[in-house]
Amino acid sequence: MSKDAQKTPYNPPALEFKSSTFSVPVLVIASNDLLIIEQQLQAKVLLAPEFFKNSPLVLDVQELNKQSVDVDVVAVIEVIRKLGLLPIGIRGGNARQNEQATTLGIPLHSIHTSSTTIDAKKPKTPTPEPETKDLLQTGTTVITHPIRSGQRVYAAGDLVIIAQVSAGTEILAEGNIHVYGTLRGRALAGVQGNTEARIFCSDLQAELISIAGNYKISEDLSQNIRNTPVQIYLDKQTLVIKEI
Amino acid sequence: MARIIVVTSGKGGVGKTTTSAAIAMGLAKKGHKTAVIDFDVGLRNLDLIMGCERRVVYDFINVINGEASLNQALIKDKNCNLLYILAASQTRDKDALSQEGVGKVLDDLSKDFKYIICDSPAGIERGAHLAMYFADDAFVVTNPEVSSVRDSDRMLGILSSKSRRAEQNKEPIKEYLLLTRYSPERVKLGEMLSVEDVQEILSLHLLGVVPESKSVLNASNSGIPVILDEKSDAGQAYADIVARYLGENKPHRFIDDKKGFFGKLFGGK
Repeated sequence: MSKDAQKTPYNPPALEFKSSTFSVPVLVIASNDLLIIEQQLQAKVLLAPEFFKNSPLVLDVQELNKQSVDVDVVAVIEVIRKLGLLPIGIRGGNARQNEQATTLGIPLHSIHTSSTTIDAKKPKTPTPEPETKDLLQTGTTVITHPIRSGQRVYAAGDLVIIAQVSAGTEILAEGNIHVYGTLRGRALAGVQGNTEARIFCSDLQAELISIAGNYKISEDLSQNIRNTPVQIYLDKQTLVIKEI
Repeated sequence: MARIIVVTSGKGGVGKTTTSAAIAMGLAKKGHKTAVIDFDVGLRNLDLIMGCERRVVYDFINVINGEASLNQALIKDKNCNLLYILAASQTRDKDALSQEGVGKVLDDLSKDFKYIICDSPAGIERGAHLAMYFADDAFVVTNPEVSSVRDSDRMLGILSSKSRRAEQNKEPIKEYLLLTRYSPERVKLGEMLSVEDVQEILSLHLLGVVPESKSVLNASNSGIPVILDEKSDAGQAYADIVARYLGENKPHRFIDDKKGFFGKLFGGK
């Protein structure tokens, strides 16, 4: 944009404010034990060192504060930086933690996803919540051959299948699932508790679909969405299946 | 080097042995030196279908264990001098098969033969696994009903992940669909899956459709591969399949419910 600005003959503005949305991994911590955090984070980083190298990251301490567990934000930030990640924000902190972050020059982010605010008041559904929420995004797994009965596929990030998925299969992803073909097997997205995960398929004939533990079996799928291209997502713990 | 073909299905009773016998005879009749091996150790049938059960002295397991040479165990077919049969042992079980042993027998046969047909047992256990492990091509025999189709799908998954080609990251096994015991009348009545239904579920290259036929049972009972019954619909279907496999362009037959000239003449059931 700056190039264009320089070309304008009259009063070229030296700067301009623009709004842009970025996708940044959020690190939700569920323990205040620095050693454990360091160990587990290091293990994650080792899974994809290139991906995590100098990766920006937002620290989420909401879970801990909900359980009234105090954590030293300064120390956690230090651990994160030590492992080569760049914390660019904190959210869900209390007054003292926010102050600590501000002193370190780390901006505060508010939590604006509706699901989390509702979550605090609502009684928990029987779905077991995984202990540590891991919303760190990893790469996308792309599969181009058919998934045959008896096969099982697990993707740490998103899973894209450009072929059919047969009956008697199980495809699991921590992120979203895309099937560009007929989906006849079981598809489980957001298996580590990511409620934002979605399932997309070009022909729904699945045996079971699940997002973050909320599932529907084949028998519960209504006739008018069968054999059609659909997307499936969670709306307040309810599975929504919509034609696309 | 021989081309190793496995005839497999997962499910039992779909026509693997009938197909193995017919395909082996068809290839040999076309002038290719062919061996057909029965991997169904403990439940041997191929020798009956091939009509050589009274000439079995040594079997596959004897060869693997070094108790007999390959030449001693191979039985020359009485209808075609380019076709040889290696029978299974009826007194042993499938654990007698070892991967090294099977590999060695196939290697030895490869030196001399053009095609090796491996007649797989039903199931997905050891026998079936070893029958397909060394294969270059797979004929997946499927009946037009849901359980057979699902078992075939499972088998296709195993073919693409557990074979030698898969383990060595080579070009994958070429998979072909053979739809057997097909009855257009019953498809029309909605009692059977159609060719399209099966292909939609399996998305596999269709090599041929073999109609449900009395001639198959007659052939099995008399120990003559059905492909030699040139007047029968099933025999012709197998002849087409062999021709297509060898690269000839033959239009598909026996899919529609119209009885052709031969059908009218011979009842075509």
